[in-house]
Amino acid sequence: MSGIEILQIWVAAFFTLAIFSFLYKDNPFFKLAEHVFAGLSAGYYVGLVWKSIILQQLWYPMMAGEWLLVFPAMLGALMFARLVPKISWVSRVSLAFVMGTTAGVFLVSQLNGMILPQMQATMLPLVLSEGAGATLMALVMVIGVISTLIYFYFSKEHTGALGVTAKVGVWFIMIAFGAHFGYTVMARVSLLIGRVNFLYEDWLGTFLLIF
Amino acid sequence: MHRLPLKLSLVAAYNLVLLILGSEPALAQTTVDSVFRWDRLNAMILLVVFSVVILLYIKWAKEGKPLFLRKIPGLEAVEEAVGRATEMGRPVLFIPGIQELDEIETIAGVSILGRVAKITAQYETPLMVPVRYPLVLAAGQEVVEQAYTEMGKHDAYSKDMVRYVAGEQFAFAATVNGIMVRERPAANIFMGVFAAESLLLAETGNAAGSIQIAGTARPEQLPFFIAACDYTLMGEELYAASAYLSHEPLMLGGLKGQDLIKILIVIFIVVGVILVTLGIGDTFYGWFDLGN
Repeated sequence: MSGIEILQIWVAAFFTLAIFSFLYKDNPFFKLAEHVFAGLSAGYYVGLVWKSIILQQLWYPMMAGEWLLVFPAMLGALMFARLVPKISWVSRVSLAFVMGTTAGVFLVSQLNGMILPQMQATMLPLVLSEGAGATLMALVMVIGVISTLIYFYFSKEHTGALGVTAKVGVWFIMIAFGAHFGYTVMARVSLLIGRVNFLYEDWLGTFLLIF
Repeated sequence: MHRLPLKLSLVAAYNLVLLILGSEPALAQTTVDSVFRWDRLNAMILLVVFSVVILLYIKWAKEGKPLFLRKIPGLEAVEEAVGRATEMGRPVLFIPGIQELDEIETIAGVSILGRVAKITAQYETPLMVPVRYPLVLAAGQEVVEQAYTEMGKHDAYSKDMVRYVAGEQFAFAATVNGIMVRERPAANIFMGVFAAESLLLAETGNAAGSIQIAGTARPEQLPFFIAACDYTLMGEELYAASAYLSHEPLMLGGLKGQDLIKILIVIFIVVGVILVTLGIGDTFYGWFDLGN
């Protein structure tokens, strides 16, 4: 292992421990790590956007003859109008374009990708030849989807039959959240294991080389 | 722009009738490649029906028809949280998620920010909005400035209320955590897309003693917000929030229209389940097929 590699490991270990130190309380090491991290990420993203968007997705294709890209380029350039207070309103054109297209694209993609497939997947036969277990699962699925949809119905107070159905929906939602919680915690623990493993193997490993 | 010639329109109408009757559309192959995706006709019909419903409700809302919305507890708490911040003389921290403006949740978050900014302007409470993307920065500055202007408090508005802090997800989380423990906001409001940093932010805010209201449509992050925040807006409640808070006819009508669509979906599902159970639901089931 070269001296540079050892230095890199020590720098990474220092910042890892500095970030972990926040678990105790806010302190100068955490502040240093926080500011270095924020500054580095800002610089990194400038480089990333320049290379992967301005050059690769705009400049090179335009040079190759894709002149239609001049329109998104113009929308992007309009954002710089914000630097001049008198004409800063011009940048709203780009913002409106992004927000409008997002809403429109999202509407169609949700219908095609979520609503129609989920409606179809819920239309399950409640009498199955595969046995009582499968029928029960189908029943749970149908009741779960309908009661959850009713929970998100805002036009009436949740009282009476509507209230009972909404309450059943909340139970389904909470069970789903419980499953998500367990799954996500496991993923976070694996991130922690990765960091602890780095400190234990890579960083402590360098002690044997140095001392 | 493509225009549908008369002949093709007649073919379209003929195929539509065939499709409703449960048969394969005639001349499908020839038309799919050139003008129209016949396998997506059902999606178009539903889209038109849904759009008409929403537009009708918006029209009624604009005409002043009283449209009822039930109380959503998390939203009632927004004003209370800002009031608490005012009493304590501490700022309100609002985070419109960590994603770009091309996420519908971010747009919902920015929309709620406009309403929150109106309340902070009214009470003259300091507002801090750290953001992760330049477009969200621009949109956030626009809505906050608009809110302060509408409340006649333009002098109290500062561009620095909405500020870019970091592009990298965890650098953003570290910076916001730093803000939470140093500036000690009395209220933290998280509205938009959140990912792995959700618990980092909510737990730090909780430890700092802030009242916290969160809203996201990400099911994998909602459990963390429910655990660490005082109030949580789940899924569509986030989208309903801006309509509920503003009571603007456009948003209110949209929300009411979506409610009717939910009822239509429930009816479709119930009818589908009955028909499929009776063994005669193939045609009805096929209406919701999207093809390839």
